[in-house]
Amino acid sequence: MIDFEPIYLTLKLAFCTTIILLVLSLPLAYWLAYSKLKSKVIIEAIVSLPLVLPPSVLGFYLLLAFSPENAFGKFLDQYFDIRLVFTFPGLVIASVLYSLPFMVQPIQNGFKSLSKSLIEASLLLGKSKTETLIKVLIPNIKKAILTGIVLTFAHTIGEFGVVLMVGGSIPSETKVVSIAIYDEVQAMNYHNANIYAGILFAFAFVVLLCVYSINHRFSQTNPLQ
Amino acid sequence: MIVFKIQKKLQSASGEMLLNLDFEIKENEFVTLYGASGSGKTTTLRILSGLSEADKGIITIHNETWLDTDKKIQLPPQKRKIAYVFQDYALFPNMSVRENLSYALEKGQDKTIIEELLALMELEQLQHQKPAQLSGGQKQRVALARALVRKPDILLLDEPLSAVDHEMRLKLQDYIIQVHHKYKLTTILVSHDIAEIYKMSDKVIVLENGNISKQGTPEQVFSSRLVSGKFQFVGEILKIEKENFIYIVVVLIGNNVVKIIAMEEEIKDLNIGNKVLIASKAFNPIITKIDL
Repeated sequence: MIDFEPIYLTLKLAFCTTIILLVLSLPLAYWLAYSKLKSKVIIEAIVSLPLVLPPSVLGFYLLLAFSPENAFGKFLDQYFDIRLVFTFPGLVIASVLYSLPFMVQPIQNGFKSLSKSLIEASLLLGKSKTETLIKVLIPNIKKAILTGIVLTFAHTIGEFGVVLMVGGSIPSETKVVSIAIYDEVQAMNYHNANIYAGILFAFAFVVLLCVYSINHRFSQTNPLQ
Repeated sequence: MIVFKIQKKLQSASGEMLLNLDFEIKENEFVTLYGASGSGKTTTLRILSGLSEADKGIITIHNETWLDTDKKIQLPPQKRKIAYVFQDYALFPNMSVRENLSYALEKGQDKTIIEELLALMELEQLQHQKPAQLSGGQKQRVALARALVRKPDILLLDEPLSAVDHEMRLKLQDYIIQVHHKYKLTTILVSHDIAEIYKMSDKVIVLENGNISKQGTPEQVFSSRLVSGKFQFVGEILKIEKENFIYIVVVLIGNNVVKIIAMEEEIKDLNIGNKVLIASKAFNPIITKIDL
Protein backbone atom coordinates (compact mmCIF):
# COMPACT_ATOMS: atom_id res chain seq x y z
CA MET A 1 0.00 0.00 0.00
CA ILE A 2 1.30 3.48 -0.78
CA ASP A 3 1.78 6.28 1.72
CA PHE A 4 -0.79 9.08 1.24
CA GLU A 5 1.26 11.65 3.14
CA PRO A 6 3.11 12.92 0.00
CA ILE A 7 -0.21 13.47 -1.77
CA TYR A 8 -1.60 15.47 1.12
CA LEU A 9 1.64 17.44 1.35
CA THR A 10 1.64 18.19 -2.39
CA LEU A 11 -1.91 19.54 -2.26
CA LYS A 12 -1.14 21.58 0.86
CA LEU A 13 1.93 23.09 -0.80
CA ALA A 14 0.05 23.91 -4.02
CA PHE A 15 -2.83 25.42 -2.06
CA CYS A 16 -0.62 27.64 0.13
CA THR A 17 1.51 28.73 -2.84
CA THR A 18 -1.54 29.64 -4.93
CA ILE A 19 -3.21 31.69 -2.18
CA ILE A 20 -0.04 33.62 -1.37
CA LEU A 21 0.73 34.24 -5.02
CA LEU A 22 -2.80 35.44 -5.77
CA VAL A 23 -2.58 38.06 -3.02
CA LEU A 24 0.91 39.16 -4.12
CA SER A 25 0.31 39.08 -7.86
CA LEU A 26 -2.81 41.24 -8.14
CA PRO A 27 -1.05 44.45 -7.01
CA LEU A 28 2.23 43.48 -8.70
CA ALA A 29 0.55 42.73 -12.04
CA TYR A 30 -1.52 45.92 -11.75
CA TRP A 31 1.66 47.92 -11.21
CA LEU A 32 3.47 46.19 -14.08
CA ALA A 33 0.53 46.74 -16.43
CA TYR A 34 0.01 50.45 -15.75
CA SER A 35 3.23 51.92 -14.35
CA LYS A 36 4.96 54.43 -16.59
CA LEU A 37 8.32 53.97 -14.85
CA LYS A 38 11.05 52.92 -17.26
CA SER A 39 12.74 50.82 -14.61
CA LYS A 40 9.80 48.44 -14.49
CA VAL A 41 11.42 46.30 -17.19
CA ILE A 42 13.93 45.22 -14.55
CA ILE A 43 11.14 43.98 -12.30
CA GLU A 44 9.47 42.34 -15.32
CA ALA A 45 12.68 40.48 -16.11
CA ILE A 46 13.12 39.34 -12.52
CA VAL A 47 9.53 38.09 -12.34
CA SER A 48 10.05 36.04 -15.50
CA LEU A 49 13.44 34.59 -14.50
CA PRO A 50 12.00 31.31 -13.18
CA LEU A 51 10.66 30.59 -16.67
CA VAL A 52 14.15 30.25 -18.11
CA LEU A 53 16.32 29.35 -15.12
CA PRO A 54 16.79 25.66 -14.38
CA PRO A 55 14.97 24.90 -11.10
CA SER A 56 18.23 23.65 -9.66
CA VAL A 57 19.79 27.13 -10.03
CA LEU A 58 16.99 28.84 -8.13
CA GLY A 59 16.97 25.98 -5.61
CA PHE A 60 20.71 26.25 -5.12
CA TYR A 61 20.64 29.99 -4.38
CA LEU A 62 17.66 29.60 -2.06
CA LEU A 63 19.46 26.79 -0.26
CA LEU A 64 22.44 29.08 0.25
CA ALA A 65 20.23 31.99 1.35
CA PHE A 66 18.18 29.91 3.78
CA SER A 67 21.17 28.13 5.29
CA PRO A 68 21.86 29.18 8.91
CA GLU A 69 25.54 29.33 7.92
CA ASN A 70 24.84 32.44 5.85
CA ALA A 71 23.64 35.96 6.70
CA PHE A 72 19.94 35.77 5.80
CA GLY A 73 19.40 32.30 7.28
CA LYS A 74 21.38 33.27 10.39
CA PHE A 75 19.29 36.42 10.79
CA LEU A 76 16.03 34.44 10.64
CA ASP A 77 17.41 31.80 12.96
CA GLN A 78 18.69 34.26 15.58
CA TYR A 79 15.91 36.82 15.68
CA PHE A 80 12.81 34.87 14.69
CA ASP A 81 13.84 31.27 15.38
CA ILE A 82 12.80 30.34 11.84
CA ARG A 83 14.59 27.66 9.87
CA LEU A 84 13.73 27.54 6.14
CA VAL A 85 16.02 24.79 4.83
CA PHE A 86 14.39 21.36 4.72
CA THR A 87 11.12 22.65 6.19
CA PHE A 88 7.62 23.13 4.79
CA PRO A 89 7.59 26.96 5.14
CA GLY A 90 10.88 27.08 3.22
CA LEU A 91 9.28 24.96 0.52
CA VAL A 92 6.33 27.38 0.28
CA ILE A 93 8.63 30.39 -0.14
CA ALA A 94 10.66 28.60 -2.80
CA SER A 95 7.46 27.61 -4.65
CA VAL A 96 6.10 31.14 -4.49
CA LEU A 97 9.25 32.46 -6.16
CA TYR A 98 9.39 29.65 -8.67
CA SER A 99 5.73 29.97 -9.75
CA LEU A 100 5.62 33.79 -9.71
CA PRO A 101 5.51 34.27 -13.52
CA PHE A 102 2.70 31.73 -13.87
CA MET A 103 0.43 33.93 -11.76
CA VAL A 104 1.73 37.41 -12.65
CA GLN A 105 1.86 37.07 -16.44
CA PRO A 106 -1.76 36.01 -17.12
CA ILE A 107 -3.09 38.68 -14.74
CA GLN A 108 -0.81 41.35 -16.21
CA ASN A 109 -1.98 40.43 -19.72
CA GLY A 110 -5.56 40.55 -18.48
CA PHE A 111 -5.11 44.12 -17.21
CA LYS A 112 -3.40 45.13 -20.44
CA SER A 113 -6.25 43.76 -22.54
CA LEU A 114 -8.74 46.11 -20.89
CA SER A 115 -9.37 49.47 -22.53
CA LYS A 116 -7.70 52.28 -20.61
CA SER A 117 -10.86 54.30 -20.88
CA LEU A 118 -12.52 51.93 -18.36
CA ILE A 119 -10.16 53.22 -15.66
CA GLU A 120 -10.50 56.81 -16.82
CA ALA A 121 -14.30 56.59 -16.90
CA SER A 122 -14.29 55.26 -13.34
CA LEU A 123 -11.95 58.03 -12.12
CA LEU A 124 -14.15 60.66 -13.76
CA LEU A 125 -17.13 59.18 -11.95
CA GLY A 126 -15.31 60.16 -8.76
CA LYS A 127 -14.03 56.72 -7.77
CA SER A 128 -10.61 56.02 -6.25
CA LYS A 129 -8.03 53.82 -7.97
CA THR A 130 -8.56 51.06 -5.39
CA GLU A 131 -12.31 51.05 -5.88
CA THR A 132 -11.77 50.99 -9.64
CA LEU A 133 -9.41 48.02 -9.29
CA ILE A 134 -11.84 46.02 -7.14
CA LYS A 135 -15.15 46.84 -8.79
CA VAL A 136 -14.21 47.41 -12.43
CA LEU A 137 -10.88 45.85 -13.33
CA ILE A 138 -10.79 42.58 -11.39
CA PRO A 139 -14.34 41.50 -12.33
CA ASN A 140 -13.45 42.01 -16.00
CA ILE A 141 -10.33 39.84 -15.93
CA LYS A 142 -11.84 36.83 -14.12
CA LYS A 143 -10.73 34.54 -16.89
CA ALA A 144 -7.11 35.71 -16.66
CA ILE A 145 -7.14 35.32 -12.87
CA LEU A 146 -8.60 31.83 -13.14
CA THR A 147 -5.91 30.91 -15.66
CA GLY A 148 -3.24 32.21 -13.28
CA ILE A 149 -4.67 30.25 -10.35
CA VAL A 150 -4.85 26.99 -12.26
CA LEU A 151 -1.44 27.34 -13.88
CA THR A 152 0.17 28.13 -10.53
CA PHE A 153 -1.58 25.28 -8.77
CA ALA A 154 -0.71 22.76 -11.48
CA HIS A 155 2.84 24.05 -11.82
CA THR A 156 3.46 23.76 -8.08
CA ILE A 157 2.23 20.19 -8.11
CA GLY A 158 4.65 19.38 -10.90
CA GLU A 159 7.64 20.96 -9.15
CA PHE A 160 10.69 18.80 -8.63
CA GLY A 161 14.06 20.51 -8.84
CA VAL A 162 13.46 23.40 -6.44
CA VAL A 163 11.74 21.13 -3.94
CA LEU A 164 14.59 18.67 -4.02
CA MET A 165 17.22 21.36 -3.48
CA VAL A 166 15.46 23.33 -0.73
CA GLY A 167 13.35 20.64 0.88
CA GLY A 168 15.13 17.37 0.38
CA SER A 169 12.91 14.39 1.04
CA ILE A 170 11.79 14.48 4.64
CA PRO A 171 8.59 12.42 5.14
CA SER A 172 5.58 14.50 6.31
CA GLU A 173 7.60 17.68 5.98
CA THR A 174 8.98 18.10 2.47
CA LYS A 175 8.44 14.78 0.68
CA VAL A 176 5.91 15.69 -2.04
CA VAL A 177 4.60 13.30 -4.71
CA SER A 178 7.15 14.17 -7.39
CA ILE A 179 9.95 13.42 -4.90
CA ALA A 180 8.20 10.27 -3.71
CA ILE A 181 8.12 8.94 -7.29
CA TYR A 182 11.84 9.54 -7.62
CA ASP A 183 12.53 7.79 -4.29
CA GLU A 184 10.38 4.79 -5.20
CA VAL A 185 12.12 4.38 -8.55
CA GLN A 186 15.50 4.62 -6.84
CA ALA A 187 14.39 1.85 -4.48
CA MET A 188 13.17 -0.22 -7.47
CA ASN A 189 9.59 0.03 -6.15
CA TYR A 190 8.00 0.40 -9.58
CA HIS A 191 4.52 -0.53 -8.34
CA ASN A 192 4.31 2.43 -5.93
CA ALA A 193 5.98 4.80 -8.40
CA ASN A 194 3.34 3.80 -10.89
CA ILE A 195 0.48 4.66 -8.55
CA TYR A 196 1.93 8.08 -7.62
CA ALA A 197 2.68 8.87 -11.25
CA GLY A 198 -0.81 7.76 -12.30
CA ILE A 199 -2.43 9.99 -9.68
CA LEU A 200 -0.43 13.05 -10.81
CA PHE A 201 -1.15 12.27 -14.44
CA ALA A 202 -4.91 11.97 -13.89
CA PHE A 203 -4.96 15.04 -11.69
CA ALA A 204 -3.12 17.23 -14.19
CA PHE A 205 -5.48 16.11 -16.96
CA VAL A 206 -8.63 16.80 -14.93
CA VAL A 207 -7.38 20.25 -13.92
CA LEU A 208 -6.67 21.28 -17.49
CA LEU A 209 -9.98 19.82 -18.65
CA CYS A 210 -11.79 22.00 -16.09
CA VAL A 211 -9.91 25.14 -17.14
CA TYR A 212 -10.63 24.72 -20.81
CA SER A 213 -14.30 23.93 -20.33
CA ILE A 214 -14.75 26.89 -17.97
CA ASN A 215 -12.91 29.22 -20.36
CA HIS A 216 -15.05 27.98 -23.17
CA ARG A 217 -18.22 28.76 -21.27
CA PHE A 218 -16.95 32.23 -20.31
CA SER A 219 -16.20 33.15 -23.88
CA GLN A 220 -19.61 31.97 -25.04
CA THR A 221 -21.62 33.96 -22.52
CA ASN A 222 -19.57 37.10 -22.70
CA PRO A 223 -17.96 37.96 -26.02
CA LEU A 224 -16.06 40.83 -24.38
CA GLN A 225 -13.96 38.46 -22.33
CA MET B 1 -17.63 80.67 -17.28
CA ILE B 2 -14.78 78.34 -18.26
CA VAL B 3 -11.39 79.93 -18.71
CA PHE B 4 -8.87 77.70 -20.42
CA LYS B 5 -5.28 78.81 -21.04
CA ILE B 6 -2.99 75.88 -21.69
CA GLN B 7 0.33 74.94 -23.20
CA LYS B 8 1.44 71.37 -23.77
CA LYS B 9 4.06 69.75 -25.99
CA LEU B 10 2.57 66.87 -27.97
CA GLN B 11 4.19 64.12 -29.99
CA SER B 12 2.20 63.89 -33.19
CA ALA B 13 2.73 61.87 -36.36
CA SER B 14 4.41 64.84 -38.02
CA GLY B 15 6.80 65.50 -35.15
CA GLU B 16 6.61 67.71 -32.10
CA MET B 17 3.69 70.09 -31.82
CA LEU B 18 2.85 72.75 -29.26
CA LEU B 19 -0.74 72.80 -28.12
CA ASN B 20 -1.30 76.43 -27.26
CA LEU B 21 -4.89 77.30 -26.47
CA ASP B 22 -6.63 80.23 -24.89
CA PHE B 23 -10.41 80.36 -24.90
CA GLU B 24 -13.41 81.14 -22.75
CA ILE B 25 -16.77 79.43 -22.70
CA LYS B 26 -19.91 80.94 -21.22
CA GLU B 27 -22.22 79.07 -18.90
CA ASN B 28 -24.80 76.88 -20.69
CA GLU B 29 -23.05 77.37 -24.01
CA PHE B 30 -22.80 74.50 -26.51
CA VAL B 31 -19.32 74.57 -28.02
CA THR B 32 -17.82 72.33 -30.69
CA LEU B 33 -14.12 71.69 -31.18
CA TYR B 34 -13.48 71.17 -34.88
CA GLY B 35 -10.29 70.26 -36.68
CA ALA B 36 -8.32 67.55 -38.45
CA SER B 37 -7.24 64.49 -36.49
CA GLY B 38 -4.11 65.19 -34.51
CA SER B 39 -4.93 68.86 -34.10
CA GLY B 40 -5.33 68.48 -30.33
CA LYS B 41 -9.11 68.22 -29.83
CA THR B 42 -9.17 65.10 -27.67
CA THR B 43 -6.13 66.28 -25.72
CA THR B 44 -8.00 69.49 -24.91
CA LEU B 45 -10.87 67.49 -23.39
CA ARG B 46 -8.41 65.28 -21.52
CA ILE B 47 -6.60 68.26 -20.00
CA LEU B 48 -9.88 69.87 -19.01
CA SER B 49 -10.99 66.66 -17.28
CA GLY B 50 -7.61 66.06 -15.62
CA LEU B 51 -6.82 62.83 -17.48
CA SER B 52 -3.81 64.45 -19.13
CA GLU B 53 -1.47 66.99 -17.64
CA ALA B 54 -0.62 70.33 -19.16
CA ASP B 55 2.93 71.69 -19.14
CA LYS B 56 1.73 75.15 -18.25
CA GLY B 57 -1.53 76.94 -17.81
CA ILE B 58 -4.69 77.84 -15.94
CA ILE B 59 -8.16 76.33 -15.91
CA THR B 60 -10.90 78.01 -13.91
CA ILE B 61 -14.49 76.85 -13.83
CA HIS B 62 -17.08 79.25 -12.44
CA ASN B 63 -14.30 81.03 -10.49
CA GLU B 64 -13.02 77.76 -9.02
CA THR B 65 -9.41 76.98 -9.96
CA TRP B 66 -8.91 73.47 -11.32
CA LEU B 67 -5.43 73.98 -12.61
CA ASP B 68 -2.79 76.61 -12.06
CA THR B 69 0.69 75.36 -12.84
CA ASP B 70 2.33 78.47 -11.33
CA LYS B 71 0.61 77.91 -8.00
CA LYS B 72 0.96 74.14 -8.33
CA ILE B 73 -2.78 73.59 -8.10
CA GLN B 74 -4.02 70.51 -9.91
CA LEU B 75 -7.37 69.00 -9.04
CA PRO B 76 -7.44 65.22 -9.65
CA PRO B 77 -10.07 63.92 -12.16
CA GLN B 78 -12.19 62.56 -9.29
CA LYS B 79 -12.69 66.06 -7.89
CA ARG B 80 -13.58 67.71 -11.20
CA LYS B 81 -17.29 67.29 -11.61
CA ILE B 82 -17.38 66.51 -15.28
CA ALA B 83 -19.48 64.24 -17.44
CA TYR B 84 -17.23 62.64 -20.05
CA VAL B 85 -18.49 60.45 -22.87
CA PHE B 86 -15.69 58.43 -24.41
CA GLN B 87 -15.35 57.55 -28.06
CA ASP B 88 -15.41 53.82 -27.21
CA TYR B 89 -18.23 54.32 -24.64
CA ALA B 90 -16.12 52.80 -21.79
CA LEU B 91 -19.09 50.97 -20.29
CA PHE B 92 -18.15 48.46 -17.60
CA PRO B 93 -18.71 45.02 -19.22
CA ASN B 94 -19.31 43.26 -15.89
CA MET B 95 -22.25 45.49 -14.96
CA SER B 96 -25.76 45.75 -16.37
CA VAL B 97 -27.06 49.06 -17.73
CA ARG B 98 -28.62 49.90 -14.37
CA GLU B 99 -25.49 48.85 -12.47
CA ASN B 100 -23.35 51.04 -14.73
CA LEU B 101 -25.52 54.00 -13.75
CA SER B 102 -25.67 53.09 -10.04
CA TYR B 103 -21.88 52.77 -9.91
CA ALA B 104 -21.67 56.48 -10.67
CA LEU B 105 -23.80 57.48 -7.65
CA GLU B 106 -21.99 59.45 -4.97
CA LYS B 107 -22.20 58.32 -1.35
CA GLY B 108 -25.62 59.21 -0.02
CA GLN B 109 -26.90 60.56 -3.33
CA ASP B 110 -30.63 60.27 -4.02
CA LYS B 111 -31.22 57.24 -6.25
CA THR B 112 -34.19 58.74 -8.10
CA ILE B 113 -31.76 60.23 -10.63
CA ILE B 114 -31.23 56.68 -11.96
CA GLU B 115 -34.94 56.23 -12.77
CA GLU B 116 -35.06 59.72 -14.24
CA LEU B 117 -32.12 59.11 -16.58
CA LEU B 118 -33.27 55.61 -17.57
CA ALA B 119 -36.62 57.11 -18.56
CA LEU B 120 -35.14 60.14 -20.30
CA MET B 121 -32.77 58.03 -22.42
CA GLU B 122 -35.46 55.39 -23.01
CA LEU B 123 -33.34 52.68 -21.44
CA GLU B 124 -35.90 51.11 -19.10
CA GLN B 125 -36.40 48.07 -21.31
CA LEU B 126 -32.65 47.52 -21.47
CA GLN B 127 -31.75 48.20 -17.85
CA HIS B 128 -30.87 44.59 -16.99
CA GLN B 129 -28.87 43.90 -20.16
CA LYS B 130 -25.07 43.79 -20.18
CA PRO B 131 -23.23 46.25 -22.48
CA ALA B 132 -22.13 43.41 -24.79
CA GLN B 133 -25.76 42.81 -25.73
CA LEU B 134 -26.41 46.42 -26.78
CA SER B 135 -26.10 48.14 -30.16
CA GLY B 136 -23.75 51.09 -30.69
CA GLY B 137 -26.49 53.67 -30.30
CA GLN B 138 -27.82 52.04 -27.15
CA LYS B 139 -24.34 51.92 -25.62
CA GLN B 140 -23.98 55.60 -26.39
CA ARG B 141 -27.19 56.44 -24.57
CA VAL B 142 -26.02 54.41 -21.54
CA ALA B 143 -22.68 56.22 -21.57
CA LEU B 144 -24.43 59.58 -21.72
CA ALA B 145 -26.85 58.63 -18.92
CA ARG B 146 -24.04 57.29 -16.73
CA ALA B 147 -22.00 60.46 -17.17
CA LEU B 148 -24.94 62.57 -15.96
CA VAL B 149 -25.69 60.63 -12.74
CA ARG B 150 -23.48 62.87 -10.60
CA LYS B 151 -25.30 65.97 -11.95
CA PRO B 152 -22.21 67.66 -13.33
CA ASP B 153 -22.22 71.17 -14.78
CA ILE B 154 -20.00 70.31 -17.72
CA LEU B 155 -20.51 67.68 -20.41
CA LEU B 156 -17.58 66.64 -22.61
CA LEU B 157 -18.29 64.52 -25.69
CA ASP B 158 -15.36 63.03 -27.57
CA GLU B 159 -16.71 62.26 -31.05
CA PRO B 160 -19.51 60.25 -29.51
CA LEU B 161 -21.44 59.97 -32.75
CA SER B 162 -18.73 58.82 -35.12
CA ALA B 163 -19.40 55.08 -34.74
CA VAL B 164 -23.17 54.95 -35.28
CA ASP B 165 -25.24 55.04 -38.45
CA HIS B 166 -26.84 58.18 -39.82
CA GLU B 167 -30.34 57.76 -38.45
CA MET B 168 -29.10 56.84 -34.99
CA ARG B 169 -26.80 59.82 -35.15
CA LEU B 170 -29.68 62.23 -35.70
CA LYS B 171 -31.58 60.68 -32.80
CA LEU B 172 -28.59 60.84 -30.47
CA GLN B 173 -28.04 64.48 -31.39
CA ASP B 174 -31.58 65.14 -30.14
CA TYR B 175 -30.88 63.32 -26.87
CA ILE B 176 -27.75 65.40 -26.36
CA ILE B 177 -29.54 68.68 -27.09
CA GLN B 178 -32.31 67.61 -24.72
CA VAL B 179 -30.00 66.92 -21.75
CA HIS B 180 -27.96 70.02 -22.52
CA HIS B 181 -31.05 72.16 -21.93
CA LYS B 182 -32.70 70.07 -19.23
CA TYR B 183 -29.67 69.95 -16.94
CA LYS B 184 -28.40 73.42 -17.91
CA LEU B 185 -25.04 72.01 -18.96
CA THR B 186 -22.08 73.66 -20.51
CA THR B 187 -21.25 71.23 -23.30
CA ILE B 188 -18.10 70.75 -25.33
CA LEU B 189 -18.36 68.41 -28.31
CA VAL B 190 -15.58 67.13 -30.54
CA SER B 191 -16.97 66.67 -34.03
CA HIS B 192 -15.97 66.45 -37.68
CA ASP B 193 -19.46 66.75 -39.06
CA ILE B 194 -20.39 70.24 -40.19
CA ALA B 195 -24.10 69.46 -40.42
CA GLU B 196 -23.98 68.24 -36.84
CA ILE B 197 -22.13 71.35 -35.74
CA TYR B 198 -24.72 73.64 -37.37
CA LYS B 199 -27.53 71.75 -35.71
CA MET B 200 -26.09 71.67 -32.21
CA SER B 201 -23.58 74.36 -31.40
CA ASP B 202 -23.69 77.98 -30.34
CA LYS B 203 -19.99 78.36 -30.95
CA VAL B 204 -17.25 76.57 -32.88
CA ILE B 205 -13.57 76.58 -32.05
CA VAL B 206 -11.40 75.44 -34.97
CA LEU B 207 -8.06 73.89 -34.04
CA GLU B 208 -5.17 73.71 -36.46
CA ASN B 209 -1.82 72.22 -35.42
CA GLY B 210 -2.47 72.95 -31.78
CA ASN B 211 -3.63 76.53 -32.24
CA ILE B 212 -7.04 78.14 -32.53
CA SER B 213 -7.36 79.24 -36.14
CA LYS B 214 -10.94 80.50 -36.02
CA GLN B 215 -13.80 80.79 -33.57
CA GLY B 216 -17.35 82.05 -33.67
CA THR B 217 -20.84 80.88 -34.54
CA PRO B 218 -21.03 78.04 -37.10
CA GLU B 219 -22.15 80.53 -39.78
CA GLN B 220 -19.23 82.84 -39.10
CA VAL B 221 -16.76 79.99 -39.15
CA PHE B 222 -17.92 77.85 -42.05
CA SER B 223 -19.35 80.21 -44.67
CA SER B 224 -16.51 82.08 -46.28
CA ARG B 225 -18.71 84.81 -47.72
CA LEU B 226 -21.68 86.03 -45.82
CA VAL B 227 -24.96 84.85 -47.26
CA SER B 228 -27.94 87.02 -46.56
CA GLY B 229 -30.50 84.35 -47.34
CA LYS B 230 -32.13 82.67 -44.40
CA PHE B 231 -32.69 79.48 -46.35
CA GLN B 232 -29.53 77.44 -46.09
CA PHE B 233 -28.32 73.92 -45.51
CA VAL B 234 -25.04 72.13 -45.17
CA GLY B 235 -24.42 69.02 -47.23
CA GLU B 236 -21.82 66.79 -48.77
CA ILE B 237 -21.11 66.42 -52.49
CA LEU B 238 -21.76 62.90 -53.73
CA LYS B 239 -21.35 63.32 -57.47
CA ILE B 240 -20.64 66.00 -60.11
CA GLU B 241 -22.10 65.27 -63.58
CA LYS B 242 -21.59 67.25 -66.76
CA GLU B 243 -24.66 67.84 -68.87
CA ASN B 244 -24.22 69.92 -72.04
CA PHE B 245 -23.07 73.34 -70.81
CA ILE B 246 -23.97 72.96 -67.20
CA TYR B 247 -23.05 70.72 -64.29
CA ILE B 248 -25.31 68.83 -61.93
CA VAL B 249 -23.99 68.57 -58.40
CA VAL B 250 -25.56 65.81 -56.32
CA VAL B 251 -25.53 66.80 -52.65
CA LEU B 252 -26.50 64.85 -49.57
CA ILE B 253 -28.33 67.10 -47.10
CA GLY B 254 -29.32 65.30 -43.95
CA ASN B 255 -30.59 62.07 -45.44
CA ASN B 256 -31.97 63.59 -48.63
CA VAL B 257 -30.20 63.61 -51.97
CA VAL B 258 -30.57 66.96 -53.75
CA LYS B 259 -29.50 67.90 -57.30
CA ILE B 260 -28.19 71.41 -57.83
CA ILE B 261 -27.34 73.06 -61.13
CA ALA B 262 -24.00 74.81 -61.30
CA MET B 263 -21.89 76.55 -63.92
CA GLU B 264 -18.36 75.59 -64.76
CA GLU B 265 -16.80 78.43 -62.76
CA GLU B 266 -18.83 77.46 -59.69
CA ILE B 267 -17.64 73.87 -59.61
CA LYS B 268 -13.99 74.78 -60.07
CA ASP B 269 -13.19 74.41 -56.37
CA LEU B 270 -15.64 71.62 -55.68
CA ASN B 271 -14.74 67.98 -55.29
CA ILE B 272 -16.63 64.87 -54.32
CA GLY B 273 -16.75 64.62 -50.54
CA ASN B 274 -16.53 68.40 -49.98
CA LYS B 275 -18.82 69.95 -47.39
CA VAL B 276 -20.88 72.70 -49.00
CA LEU B 277 -23.36 75.32 -47.95
CA ILE B 278 -26.51 75.37 -50.07
CA ALA B 279 -28.36 78.67 -49.81
CA SER B 280 -31.06 80.41 -51.77
CA LYS B 281 -31.13 84.19 -51.94
CA ALA B 282 -33.35 85.28 -54.73
CA PHE B 283 -36.37 83.13 -54.24
CA ASN B 284 -38.79 82.89 -51.43
CA PRO B 285 -39.01 79.28 -50.27
CA ILE B 286 -42.48 77.73 -50.40
CA ILE B 287 -43.73 75.97 -47.33
CA THR B 288 -46.37 73.25 -47.57
CA LYS B 289 -47.72 70.92 -44.94
CA ILE B 290 -47.00 67.24 -45.54
CA ASP B 291 -50.03 65.02 -44.99
CA LEU B 292 -49.00 61.58 -43.83
